[in-house]
Amino acid sequence: MAINAQTQPKLDTREPVINDFAFSVATKNGSGSQTSNNVLVKALFQMGIPVNGKNLFPSNIKGLPTWYTIRASKDGYTARKALTEIVVAYNNSTATEDVVNLPPGGVCITTDKIAKVIRQRDDISYYEIPVAKLMRQTEIPSAFRKLVENMTYVGAVAQLFEIPLDLIYEVLLANFKGREKPALMNHDVVKLAYDWTADNLVKTDPYRFERMDGTQGKIMMTGNDAGALGAVFGGVNVVAWYPITPSTSFVDGLIGFRGLRQNEAGENTIAIVQAEDELAAAGIVVGAGWAGGRSLTSTSGPGISLMAEFAGLAYFAEIPAVFWNITRMGPSTGLPTRTSQGDLMFTHFLGHGDSRQICLMPGNLKEAFEFGWKSFDISESLQSPVFVISDLDLGMNNWLSEPFDYPDQPITRGKVLDAAALQEFIDQHGKWGRYMDVDGDGIAYRTLPGTDHRFAAYFTRGTGHDEMAVYSERSDDWVENMTRLRLKMDTAREMLPQPIVDDSSDADIGIITFGTNEDAIREARDWLANDGIKTNYLRVLALPLASAVTDFIDAHKSIFVVENNFDGQLTQLIRLEHPENISHVRSLALGDGLPMTPDWIYDSLKEQEG
Amino acid sequence: MPPRTNHLGLARNEYKGRPSTLCPGCGHDSISNQLISMAYELGLEQHKIIKLSGIGCSSKTPAYFLGGSHGFNALHGRMPSVATGALLANKDLSCIAVSGDGDTGSIGMGQFKHVIRRNVPLVYIIENNGVYGLTKGQFSATADEGQFLKYYGTNHMPPIDLALEAVIAGCTFVARSFSGDAKQVQALLQAAVRHPGASVLDIISPCVTFNNAETSTKSYPYGKDHEIPLHEIQILAPDYVEPKDEITVGDYDAGDIIDVEMHDGTFIRLKKLDNDHDPRNRRMAMEVLERSMREQIFSTGLLYYEEPRPTLADTEDLINTPLAFLDDADMRPPKQALDGVMQSLMV
Repeated sequence: MAINAQTQPKLDTREPVINDFAFSVATKNGSGSQTSNNVLVKALFQMGIPVNGKNLFPSNIKGLPTWYTIRASKDGYTARKALTEIVVAYNNSTATEDVVNLPPGGVCITTDKIAKVIRQRDDISYYEIPVAKLMRQTEIPSAFRKLVENMTYVGAVAQLFEIPLDLIYEVLLANFKGREKPALMNHDVVKLAYDWTADNLVKTDPYRFERMDGTQGKIMMTGNDAGALGAVFGGVNVVAWYPITPSTSFVDGLIGFRGLRQNEAGENTIAIVQAEDELAAAGIVVGAGWAGGRSLTSTSGPGISLMAEFAGLAYFAEIPAVFWNITRMGPSTGLPTRTSQGDLMFTHFLGHGDSRQICLMPGNLKEAFEFGWKSFDISESLQSPVFVISDLDLGMNNWLSEPFDYPDQPITRGKVLDAAALQEFIDQHGKWGRYMDVDGDGIAYRTLPGTDHRFAAYFTRGTGHDEMAVYSERSDDWVENMTRLRLKMDTAREMLPQPIVDDSSDADIGIITFGTNEDAIREARDWLANDGIKTNYLRVLALPLASAVTDFIDAHKSIFVVENNFDGQLTQLIRLEHPENISHVRSLALGDGLPMTPDWIYDSLKEQEG
Repeated sequence: MPPRTNHLGLARNEYKGRPSTLCPGCGHDSISNQLISMAYELGLEQHKIIKLSGIGCSSKTPAYFLGGSHGFNALHGRMPSVATGALLANKDLSCIAVSGDGDTGSIGMGQFKHVIRRNVPLVYIIENNGVYGLTKGQFSATADEGQFLKYYGTNHMPPIDLALEAVIAGCTFVARSFSGDAKQVQALLQAAVRHPGASVLDIISPCVTFNNAETSTKSYPYGKDHEIPLHEIQILAPDYVEPKDEITVGDYDAGDIIDVEMHDGTFIRLKKLDNDHDPRNRRMAMEVLERSMREQIFSTGLLYYEEPRPTLADTEDLINTPLAFLDDADMRPPKQALDGVMQSLMV
């Protein structure tokens, strides 16, 4: 049934919905929609509206469907919502499904051409933009025309939902780093569509934006940029990497912020090497960490697989280095452009034999920045690799945050002996050996190559060694060494960032999670509270698990572990480390390639709790 | 009588490492000995040297020389990346990198090529015996085509020539030698350690246990009978004072001598033998290597030399202080810098 979009049923009886709805923008990959979507998100941010943009994109350069969801929330909820009220259907190959997914009363903004085949619903508003006709009115050279076509929906959205045009221009100018020519070219198209919409369309939906002060003093950034900035303030000085989605932009961030650390002569204090593969990237950071550098690599699942051997070596030879795993969906090549929390177990146990890696799991921008610098202090203090497990959702999407706090602790290099300190050590203990644990915390003292002392040198190896770092196949040496490494991990438990805990209520239900699910959980908890279901909350920030996790589990009758992977990996880790009295621990694991929604958490928890 | 000492006042003994655990007579031990002599003769400070290796018999050897240097026995085929990282963290270190033909020619071929491509300044020694020793006698990628070994039969694959691969990869110092030719190995090491770029020494180093039959081109008997040095090599340090009659000594006259000037003013003096090889000519180096491979000629000596390209640390435009020893102020920008970034991201 064909419905004329311009004669919609009257919907003005509905209450206006202000600053509390979500968009989905459906386009073709590589069509320039990234700029359009960024402009919309940044404009809403400038209007003071809490907003979050998530790019759900394909592994493709050009042509495959891509979606971008924008959620505005006056209450500051920024998780992805299961339903979006508005769709911009600019991709003919997905338009039919995009429209089907709209809730009753929803809005479809589309092109006149696509509209012909998707006018199947009479319970939503259709707005049809004559894109081809508008573009013919511009004087834009044909080479650019396709790339700015998507600005027509920016213009229509701005008119329909009331985003000021001058703000759009401001954001465009910032997007093009102050260059007026491209900003104007894009803005001309925005204005054409904006004016055409005003003159030709009648608004039949209740949604609109209004300036508010919900973003004053806040920043907007991607998690990869935040982590990279943190690393720059943490003294990173050797970076090696191999391009892989979704971690590539982490190193782009480092390259961008590298200038903050140049001296007056423009010389670098950060070396950045694009390696031949992730194996070499891991080798470079391990070599650098051994020689006293603060080294970092950034990768994702397939790269982590290749780094397993070096990770085991670094764990066993006790070499600091920081590895960022911007997790994407596996197994195998999996869904390379979709988010996941599926590498938790693999990363924690990376390496053959009995290895156990220290992991930090940031859940938001501030933590990405904080772990960006702190990971080096932790890694050098514990003389062990540190894996920062982020994900595609945090890494590549724009998030809202309070500005970052300047590091509140000085740079800590850990137990490193220079020539004088080495002499003191020898005077005190009679000798120095690389793996002698004189403090009883499992952490020995190391020397760096270049230390001018006749007893400074030692021989690093992945083979069995005694406390003097001499090759040994003796069982007692082996067991002693492994026992010390386990002790070191126990030292780590309480030294690492402690869980975020909200146990302010006398609730029977506790929710445990890690990483980027917090926004969705916060919203779901509010919904549950509205239903009279009280919950407490704990977010794990590091592995090995802190004892606070155990206390939290013991303090609740019912525990739900919410995570974005298929097998419930955090649940498994909890069962492994805390096997007693955990029949009340249940897994809410999803793993569908998308950022988690409050809807799923709310529904699943209610269903399980009965 | 007190032992002879070098200009640091150290005896040769002080440059030794732990006792070798390789098979008695192993070619690798001769190379370790030459490394000890080289460091002693040149009076190198051990704390400024790092010794790195991969996995295999060859890669055990860094434990057996320069006990005063930090060492790292890394992963199979991955030593080059570890060296790259270590030398970025501290560009003031010198690196002696030991590998084998399996470690370099098979599992580590990629890293071998790329460490050269990046021009990481290391002395890359391949202790090449054509066979996997630690796993008891499999062919390596440098084994001769048609060679027969007891447990693994006949090798049907053509060999990979690692010196040729180094030249192709853009290495600016490439040599081949024979562990049984102590004098030549010594001269080449003394030159290589002065080269501010990647240098590759492919040293045929017989495995006395698994690959020492006369029929093997990687054996002692074969090497002793067939080695054809391209030149006689002499290293003239920058402070070298030439004896008046040096050039005319023996059978040489001025036309038969090539003096290759190195970056630090050292000369590698090559006294011509029975050929016209000029190591400053890349095409000639490749021709010598290709003919050697095709006709199984065991040519040794300095194959290729050119003024080194910028090292990786140069390319990265690093500050003079080694990164490992940066001050806190150089590692953490001030609070204003963070505030500035935050401001730029705000409404």
